Order: sequence, then C-alpha cells, then structure tokens
Amino acid sequence: MIRFDRASKRYPNGREALSGATFEIREGEMVFLTGRSGAGKSTVLKLIALLERPTRGMVMVNGSNTSALSSRRIPAFRRQLGVVFQDHRPLTERSIFDNVALPLHAAHLPLKDIDKRVRAALDQVGLLDRAQALPLELSVGEQQRVGIARAVVVKPKLLIADEPTGNLDPGLSMEVMGLFRRFNEVGVTVVIATHDIDLVKASGLREIIIAEGKVQDPAGEHLVVPSMEAER
Amino acid sequence: MSGWLLRHLQSALFAAGRLARAPVSTAFTVLVIAIALTLPTALALGIQSVRSSTGEFANAVDVSVFFKQGVPLEKAAQLAASLRQRSGIARVDLIPAEEALKQFREQSGFGAALDVLEGNPLPHALDVRPRVDAADPARMESLRRYIAAWPEVELVQVDSDWVKRLNAILDLMRRLVLGATVLLGVGVLAVVGNTIRLEIYSRRAEIEVTKLVGGSNAFVRRPFLYTGLLYGVAGALLAAALAWTALQLLDAPVERLAQSYGSSFRLLSPGWRELGILLGAGGLLGISGAWMAAARHLARIEPRA
Repeated sequence: MIRFDRASKRYPNGREALSGATFEIREGEMVFLTGRSGAGKSTVLKLIALLERPTRGMVMVNGSNTSALSSRRIPAFRRQLGVVFQDHRPLTERSIFDNVALPLHAAHLPLKDIDKRVRAALDQVGLLDRAQALPLELSVGEQQRVGIARAVVVKPKLLIADEPTGNLDPGLSMEVMGLFRRFNEVGVTVVIATHDIDLVKASGLREIIIAEGKVQDPAGEHLVVPSMEAER
Repeated sequence: MSGWLLRHLQSALFAAGRLARAPVSTAFTVLVIAIALTLPTALALGIQSVRSSTGEFANAVDVSVFFKQGVPLEKAAQLAASLRQRSGIARVDLIPAEEALKQFREQSGFGAALDVLEGNPLPHALDVRPRVDAADPARMESLRRYIAAWPEVELVQVDSDWVKRLNAILDLMRRLVLGATVLLGVGVLAVVGNTIRLEIYSRRAEIEVTKLVGGSNAFVRRPFLYTGLLYGVAGALLAAALAWTALQLLDAPVERLAQSYGSSFRLLSPGWRELGILLGAGGLLGISGAWMAAARHLARIEPRA
C-alpha cells in the first residue's frame, strides 16, 4: 500500500526532515509511526498525503509514484485516502453534517448518496444525533470524531492520522483508537503518527520509529523492498 | 445532468448566503460596481435618444431654393410645378415671401425689429424634398446644378451639412462613451477581483481543508465565481435602477427645454433590451474579475499538515 524507497525530504530552509527513509506498509496493516516531536513523523505523513513530494528517493502510495503525479491528478489521488489531524480543523460555519459531506461534494457524488454515506459515517463515530450541530458546540473528543468521520466518509483504502489522540484524555484516546481498529478490521490500511508510547505498546501493533529523520523499523526489517534488491 | 445543475445551484445559493451574511461590505461593493455601470448606461441612452429623434432627418435631405428679389410669385409657382415633374422628387413646397416673413416673425422673436424694415427682405423660396431612394450625394449634386442654372434662382442650399455635423458629433460622443465604458469596465474587474482576493484569503482554512480532502481547483473556485457573478448582476440591477431614476428626473426638464425649441425630443427610458445587455455585461465582468483573482490566488493556497 505504501512504500518509501530511500526517500528524503529537505525543506526550502535547508533542514533535512527525513533522510533515506525506506519501509513498506502492506495493504490491511495498522501501523504506528512514533518518535519525538520534530523527528520526521509529520513529514512522512505529508509525503503519503502528497502535501509534499520527496526531494530524493521515491514514495509509492496505492500504486502511484507521488513524484510522478501531475498536480491535476492530486485531487483524485487525495480522494482515495482519509486524513485525520490533531487540530481537526472543522469548518466552523457549517454543520457537522456539511463538514463530513465536504469530501463527497468534492468527489461530485449524487446528493442522495451523500446523505446516505454521511449518515453512515456519523453513525460509525457515534455522532448521528449531532448532525445538525455546529462544530464549536461539540466537545474536543466529539470534534475529533467529526474529523475521523470526514476522513472515512469516502471509504478510503488508506487512513492516515497525525496525533489523533494528542488533545484527548486517556479514556477518549482509547475510544478513538478503538474506532481506528474497527476500520482496520474491515480492511482499511491505517497509519497513525503518535508519541503516545503507552498506547502503542498496549496495542501490540507494528511500530515504525523515526528518530532524527531516520527510520528504525524493528518489525519490518524482514520486508524486502524490491527495487533495492534489484540494485544490489 | 440534473445532479450537475443541482450542484451549481447549491454553489450559487451558498455564495448568495455568504454575501447576505456580510450585508454592509456587500452593499458597498455592489454600489461601486453600480456607479461604474450607471455612467456609461446613462450616456449611451442619452446618445441613443438624440439619434432616434434625429433619425428621421438623417436620411431625408432637403434642398432650399431661394429666388432672386423681384421674381414674381407666378414665375416661382411655374418653376415649382416644372420641378414636380422631375423624377426623384417627393415634394416641392412653395413658400411665398410674405409667408416666410410671417413665420420668421412668429418663430424668431425679432418681430419688433422687423417692423423697422421697410418692405420684405425675404425672397420667395422652394422647399424641395427628394425621394429617399434618390437622395444619394451624386444625384443631389446634379439636382442642385439643375436648379442653380435657372436665371431666377439666387441660391440653392442642400441642407445635409448640419446632418453630417450632427452625425459626426454623435459619433465622437459614442466613441467617448465607448472609451469611458472600457475604462469603467476595467474598474469593475479590479473591484470584483480585489474583493474576491480578500474573500479567498479570509477563507484560507476552508480552502486548505477542501483541497486536502481532494477538492479540485474547479471545485474550490466555483463558489468564488458565483460570488463574482452575483456581485456583477446585483451591481447591474442597481445601475439599471439608478439610470432609470436619473432619466426620470431629467425627463421633465429636458422635455420643457426641447419644447421651447419647438422639438418633441424625449429621453429614452431603458427597455428590456438595455436591461439585458446591462445584466449580461455586469455578470460577465463579475465572473471574469472573480476568475482572475481565483486563478492567481487559489493556486497559492495549498494544505499544510
């Protein structure tokens, strides 16, 4: 599903946020990206969501080489993945329903399908009864679930989340993690960046550690990246 | 197709809702656009009024024939009769000297001064109107020469010069109005463009999120284009109302002025055709201004994580 092949990212200010990262995440996996703040977790997610392109190396997502995609194809590319952020950034003027419907409108779905799918997504995160509320009327935990509903409403094959539990207390964190696990159980590949080590250890799931822009992938070491194999 | 239409309708309503939520700034923008559109509209209507009221003269060119002093009225009537036989002549009116003096006394306001004169200084005259299809310059010239060759004739005047001058003046004014229209149109583009630019930056977060969830540039741009369209159409409607009001206010004084010259000149009120043109132009300018701003600024906003 995701393959980084010696991918590096150097920002215009000269800082190299990621250097020579190589790892693979297979379809249907649920993986944590861990590491200190500024270690490069966010950069990895940006490279996956095509908010950035690698300055060197290659990033493959769902069969697409992100460096080779023309900017006109980016919207269609982004529509096949769901993204959840720590600051969930709801559009405060619009109802919860409209916030969740936004990706479907962007995908030009028929309105009656939009209605059905938004209700389904809100139901999955337990917010169906708040559909007509405005985002600021909700608690932080509920707002985060709106963000998750917005990410999964397009039925993505890949869900990526940046510190989705960052602002939540342990109880709410567990709840949100439970949601991600349920999506994973129905086949969605899930990548979560977090510094909540306890949560990661408790989950027993694969952990990709990023430290100073380098990737340590204890559980993934046995994975062979084909193109590197060919060059050796 | 109906889904496509529905989506556009939704964008339009959404844009209208946004404008309605900021009534003061919306009103000012619409007002500026309206003023810029009113000026050329009112000027164009004024020129059109003049053209339509002079239109009947524009093609009908009269020839005035003045006889020499002392030519008897019978001789003048005889020549008028022979002229009526000529082809290409629609009408020949004989104006005896006494009648000309009477008319002049009534219309000029110099009645008292004329009393001082001994006798009638005016000659007999003919008012010759050629048929419209025979009024081309070459035939007019041959007619003029034919009449001028009569020994009884003092002067033949072809009254086309003032029509030419009037047309030249109207043409000049039309060009001035055209120039003003182009400049004011550019002004409308700039006003709408700048308003949309500010709107784009105030909605930065929304645009970022929309792009993040896969909204294409066209999708992000659409509500802004509708905003521009609405600004333009609203401005055009207000401009039509302003132009109509201005013409209503000017109508009575203009009529009085025209009447004092014995003219039935009236200002034209804007009709459906003018309203259509104005709305079309306003809408087009609005959407173009929005497009230019969107093309420049939307591409610069990319989602951050």
